[in-house]
Amino acid sequence: MNGREWLQVVLYLAVLTSLTPLLGAYLARALSGERHPLARLLGPVERACYSCGGVSPDQEMRWPQYAASLLWFNAIGLVVLFLLQMLQGWLPLNPQDLPAPSWHLALNTAISFATNTNWQAYSGEATMSYFTQMLGLTVQNFVSAATGVAVLLALTRGFARKSAPTIGNFWVDLVRTTLYVLLPLSLVLAVVLAAQGVVQSLDPYAHATTLEHAEQVIPLGPAASQIAIKQLGTNGGGFFGTNSAHPFENPTPLTNFLEMLAILLIPSSLCLAYGRLVGARRHGWAIWSAMMLLLLAGLGVALWAEHQPNTAIAGLPNLEGKETRFGIANSVLWATATTGASNGSVNAMHDSFSPLGGAVALFNILQGEVVFGGVGAGLYGMLMFVVLAVFLAGLMVGRTPEYLGKKIEAREVKLSISAVLAPCVVVLAGSAVAVLIPAGTEGLNNAGPHGLSEVLYAFASMANNNGSAFSGLNAATRFYDLLGGLCMLVGRFAVIVPVLALAGGMARKKTVPASSGTFPTDGPLFVFLLIGVVTLVGALTFLPALALGPIVEHLLMLQARVF
Amino acid sequence: MKTILPALRLFAVLTLLTGAVYPLAVTGVARLCFPKPACGSLIERRGVVVGSGLIAQNFTNAAYFWPRPSSGGFATVPSAASNKGPTSKDLRQAVEDRAARWRQAERLPADAPVPAELLLASGSGLDPDISPEAARFQMERVARARGFTPEQRQRLSDLIEQSIEPPQLGILGEPRVNVLKLNLSVDSLGSSRE
Repeated sequence: MNGREWLQVVLYLAVLTSLTPLLGAYLARALSGERHPLARLLGPVERACYSCGGVSPDQEMRWPQYAASLLWFNAIGLVVLFLLQMLQGWLPLNPQDLPAPSWHLALNTAISFATNTNWQAYSGEATMSYFTQMLGLTVQNFVSAATGVAVLLALTRGFARKSAPTIGNFWVDLVRTTLYVLLPLSLVLAVVLAAQGVVQSLDPYAHATTLEHAEQVIPLGPAASQIAIKQLGTNGGGFFGTNSAHPFENPTPLTNFLEMLAILLIPSSLCLAYGRLVGARRHGWAIWSAMMLLLLAGLGVALWAEHQPNTAIAGLPNLEGKETRFGIANSVLWATATTGASNGSVNAMHDSFSPLGGAVALFNILQGEVVFGGVGAGLYGMLMFVVLAVFLAGLMVGRTPEYLGKKIEAREVKLSISAVLAPCVVVLAGSAVAVLIPAGTEGLNNAGPHGLSEVLYAFASMANNNGSAFSGLNAATRFYDLLGGLCMLVGRFAVIVPVLALAGGMARKKTVPASSGTFPTDGPLFVFLLIGVVTLVGALTFLPALALGPIVEHLLMLQARVF
Repeated sequence: MKTILPALRLFAVLTLLTGAVYPLAVTGVARLCFPKPACGSLIERRGVVVGSGLIAQNFTNAAYFWPRPSSGGFATVPSAASNKGPTSKDLRQAVEDRAARWRQAERLPADAPVPAELLLASGSGLDPDISPEAARFQMERVARARGFTPEQRQRLSDLIEQSIEPPQLGILGEPRVNVLKLNLSVDSLGSSRE
C-alpha cells in the first residue's frame, strides 16, 4: 500500500468523524421536532403532507398501532412496486420499450427495495424503465430508509420516556426523516454527482459510432437522483447492473469519495443523535466507538489481504473486478463500509476479492449489520446487542441489570435475543437448503470452497438486508427469487416488530436512580463488552461455515490450487 | 381501515415528492448547469458521436491503444464482470490466454511481464482507463502500426505523458489514461493505416 492510498483512507475516516457530531446534532433537533432553519422553509410542506395524508401529527401511538402503521405502509409500497414493474410495458417513460420482468423477479425486487435490502437479480439498464426506476425504486429508496429511522426514533422514545404508554407517531417520523434529512442531502449529492458525469436524463439511450466503426449503445436515465439516495439511505441498489463500478454511476475518484462518505454519514451521525435524545451523550459516543473499532478491525484485515499478490493467478495483484480509477485501497474501503453499513452498493466485484478480503465483507454482514449498519436499522440492531451486553454485565455481578435508568427484565432479553437471532437462523437455513438441492447449486459461478462462499454470502446479504452479492451466483431463478424474498422479509420485519415491542415495554417503565451497582454504559469497559458480544454471537454462529468457505479457500490459494 | 387509508394517502404523497418532484428537479438543474456530463459525456468528432468519455470501447486495431479486457465483451446493455473468484481455474486460464495475446501483439518474448490490469477484467466491464504503465507498454505497437517516423514516435510518447490524468484534487484515486481520448489525439497525430 503506497502513501497516497494510506492518505485516502485516513482522509475518509477523518472527514466522516468530523461530520458526525455536526449532523448528529442536526438530526437530534430535526427528528424530535425542534425548531431549525429547514423546518421554517419546509414546514408548510410537512403540514401539507399530514393534511393530504389525513393524519393528525399530534396523535401518539402505542407500539401495536405504530407497528401496524409501519407494516401497512410497507405492504402498500411493496404491492405498488410489484405492479409498477409488471405494468411498465404500458406505462410512460419507457423509451427502450422494456417489457415486464418475470413475476418472481418483480416480487423479489419489490420485497428487496421495500425492506431496504436492494438485492438485485437484474441489471437496471436492461430491465427497468425510467418510470419504474423513478416512481418505484427511487421512492422505496427513500421510504424504506425513513422507515428504519422511524423504528429507531420509536425505540429512542422507549428508553427516554418515563411511565408513558406511547412511543410516537409513525407518520410524523416518516415524513420528518424524508423531508428534513433524506431529501435535502440527496438533492445536494445528486447535483454534484451529475456535474461529475453521473447521467441524469430522460432521453432514450444514445448511439455512437466508435473509432473502429462499430455501433455502441450508451445507456442513460435518471441515475444521479437515485444514486444519491441509494448511498445516503443505505439502500445500495444500482441504477446500472454493475452498480458503482459502472462509470456512469461512479465516474471519478471524487464521486467515489462522496458516495463512500454517504454510505456511513447518516448511520454514524445517528449514534450521536441517539445519545442526545436519551440524554446520555457520552453513551452515544461509546456506541459509535464500538462500531468504529469493529469497522477498523475489518478494514485492516481486508486492506492487508487485498494487497497480497494472488499466488493462484500468476502472482498478480488483485485487480480482477476492480476499476483503474479507484485502485485497490478505495475498493477495499468501499467494500468494508458498504458491508458494515447495510448499504450493499459495490465499486468492485466482491466475488473476485481475495478470500480473506471477501471474508471481511461477509463477516461484516453476518454480524447483523451493526457496524454502523443501515440508517436507523444499524443502531436499533446494535441497541439489541447493548441490551444483551448490559444483561450479561448484570449476570456477572449478580444484580438486576439497568440501562439508562430502566430495569432490563426477562421480556426485554427475550425480545432482543429474538431480534438478534432471526436473521442468523434464516442465513444458515437458507444456505443449507440451497447447497443441498440442484436448484440452489446450479446457479454457482465458481467451484470449490468459493462456491459455498457465494451461497453463504447471498443468504447473509438478503437476511441482513445488505444487498451486495458475490454476484457470480445466478440468482435470477425462481428458487432464489422466492426463497431470497422470504429471507429478506424475515430479516427485516422479524427484527422490527420485536424492537417496537421492546420500545413499547420500556416506555411504560419507571426509571430507577443509578447506584454504585449500575454498570456504566459510557466507558471503555462497556465499549469492549459490547464489541465482545457482537463478535461472539457472529463468530459462534458462523465460524464453521466461514471455515469451509473463505478460510479454507485462503489456505488453498496459498498452495496455488484452483478449481 | 383507520390505518390503511392514511398509509395509502401518505404513500401517494411521498411517491409524488420523492419519485417525481425530486428526480425531475435534479434533471432540470443538471440539464441547465451541466448538460454534457449529465447526458453521458458524449464525445463528437466532425459532428459524429464517437462514444462517451466514460465508457470503454473495444479497440482491436493495432494502430490504437487497447483498453482492459471486458468480461461482457464491451456490451453496454447490460455490461458485466467475470465474478470469478481468486481460486478460479477459468480465471487462471483467461489470464494465460490474454498474456499470450498481449506478448504476441507487442512482439515480446514468452516470459515478458504484462501490466496486471491488462490481464484482469474490470468490475464494470466498461473501464475507460488504463494505467500510465499500460499505455507506455502499448506505444511501440501503435507507432509501428502507424509507420511513425522517429519524430512522430517521440510525439506519441509525449502525448501519452500528457494524457495522464493525475489523482483528482491531488490525492484521490489512481493516475490513469483515458483510452478513447488518447486514441482520438493519436488520430490527430498522423494518419492511421486502416
